[in-house]
Amino acid sequence: MLERLLEVNNLEVIFKTYGGEVQAVRDVSFHVDKGEILAIVGESGSGKSVTVQSIMGLIPTPPGKIKNGEVLLEGQDLLKLSKREMQKVKGSKISMVFQDPMTSLNPTMKVGKQIAESITTHQNIKGQEAKERAIDMIRRVGISNPAERYEQYPHEFSGGMRQRIMIAIALACHPKVLLADEPTTALDVTIQAQVLDLMKNLKDDMDTSIILITHDLGVVAETAERVAVMYGGIIVETAPVNELFNNPKHPYTWGLLESIPDIDVADKKRLVPIEGAPPDLFSPPKGCPFAPRCKYAMDVCVEEMPPAFSIDNGHEAKCWLNDSRSPALKELVAAGRQLS
Amino acid sequence: MYIVKRILIMLLTIWVIASLTFLIMKFIPGDPFASDADVLPEEVLQNIRAKYNLDEPIAVQYVLYMKDLVTFDLGFSIQSETRSVNSIIADGAPASALLGLQALIIALALGLLLGIVAALNHNKLLDYASMFIAIIGISVPSFILAPLLIKYFAVEWGMLPVASWGTWQHSILPTLALAATPLAVIARFMRSSMLEVTNQNYIKTADAKGLSKTKLVIRHGIRNAILPVISFIGPLFVSLITGTFVIEKIFAIPGIGRYFVDSIFNRDYPVIMGTTIFFSVLLVLTLFIIDISYRYIDPRIKLTSGGE
Repeated sequence: MLERLLEVNNLEVIFKTYGGEVQAVRDVSFHVDKGEILAIVGESGSGKSVTVQSIMGLIPTPPGKIKNGEVLLEGQDLLKLSKREMQKVKGSKISMVFQDPMTSLNPTMKVGKQIAESITTHQNIKGQEAKERAIDMIRRVGISNPAERYEQYPHEFSGGMRQRIMIAIALACHPKVLLADEPTTALDVTIQAQVLDLMKNLKDDMDTSIILITHDLGVVAETAERVAVMYGGIIVETAPVNELFNNPKHPYTWGLLESIPDIDVADKKRLVPIEGAPPDLFSPPKGCPFAPRCKYAMDVCVEEMPPAFSIDNGHEAKCWLNDSRSPALKELVAAGRQLS
Repeated sequence: MYIVKRILIMLLTIWVIASLTFLIMKFIPGDPFASDADVLPEEVLQNIRAKYNLDEPIAVQYVLYMKDLVTFDLGFSIQSETRSVNSIIADGAPASALLGLQALIIALALGLLLGIVAALNHNKLLDYASMFIAIIGISVPSFILAPLLIKYFAVEWGMLPVASWGTWQHSILPTLALAATPLAVIARFMRSSMLEVTNQNYIKTADAKGLSKTKLVIRHGIRNAILPVISFIGPLFVSLITGTFVIEKIFAIPGIGRYFVDSIFNRDYPVIMGTTIFFSVLLVLTLFIIDISYRYIDPRIKLTSGGE
């Protein structure tokens, strides 16, 4: 049995706005084991960033508010910690890499200092030793001339290099969990692969777990061990990565997999979109959030939120189609519903 | 290379300002002796005009003035003919400069503080309180603020001297009156700059490192927020240290502020030129220093002589 490192249970996050209360994350539960890479995928506004930012305590309050739930790191509930106690956890036990490396580094501070700052904040290391540790981190993220680079400012680095620096900052204190919020979205495709490889290698070296947020299923297939698919503020399906790609059990996951463009351009097939728009999170539907866009939606889908049906070992899907009482897909087609 | 180029441009700038001022000044109707015209006989006036080369064509006057200027001789005041313009500036500048410097320090210290406090407490009581002070500072003119300060601090409560110049106590009220507006402007500017920085991604990065709030604000917030504020400290500094007509008049301070205004009314040509050139030299120099210092404050800025 793998060691459970981080566990998120029944997390609910809302944002108060003039227009009302946005229910960004509704009853989300998942876990990460030691040394594991969990990918959270979903479209914009599905709540993936809010989920990981709540783990880090980075949700601005107000307007945000964590309404319910617990975030257990090795059994300790991070949501119950005081600000000061949380500061000790942030950057040392859990750290984060952000989406846009161009704006995520302080432009007026030497990059080396920005790495060393992380070290001096959490470990009893000062001055020259912290500097050496920082230089070592720059070397470990694959940047040549680390001692020289220590003295440079962010504007002297390319986007990919800056993301490497961000990773160096995040991993400087050997955290137990690394939260990566779309770490490659802003990078060129060739650089993306390099950065992902780097993260994977460092993860193995440092025995860190990673929660990788992305909307790129290619990245998921290549990097993750398990996947959680988010839609409308809930996790609709969780599965080991192979299982998800080979045997998906939620219509939204089907839609996502279908909409991946084929590399074979000669085919000139039209891209397959998921018709419709994501749910209004000001007043989310009481049933399945995907029901209005779902080709297979039944009456029960609109009426009642589906529970998490356990499909297989570690594979869960929140879809009524997995209930033993639901008609098989064939019958739905026979009843006049269209299957693509 | 950059510095040499900048110095040449500065000299050119000052020459252009001096020439334009000279030309415009000569186009103002009237002359320094207009009020004496009824009293003095024509021949006497002729002689006086000749003494100041006012009988020559403007082009000749211009050349004569420029000749003196390059030897740093600003000529003699027409109004009080025993005093050279150089000595008027030398006598008045120290008091004005000291007053201006004090006001600048107060305005910067309190203005930045108010702005930062307001930004950190965005949309809370402290924010509203700071901005209330700032609005008052901007909207109450110094000629109202100064008499009010005198009325309460000097006359009613007798804490400070009413006017004139001498001990440091004398300088408190004029410093406050002079600092109020720039203080408010700096506070508002710093607040918006700080608010902008607070929303930057790198602040989130620093927060995710687990830094304490104090370190977060000082190392990552203020350092970046202060950059745009520095750019207008230059002109502000010059306008403060060259004295102000209103404050110096109200507090009877022997500065040079009044010469800027009086010289124009009196058509005291050498003093108009002298004060204008004095001001522009200071301004051009200060801007130069600010530009140079930017290189050390903002690492993204490199000084080049263009085209690189």
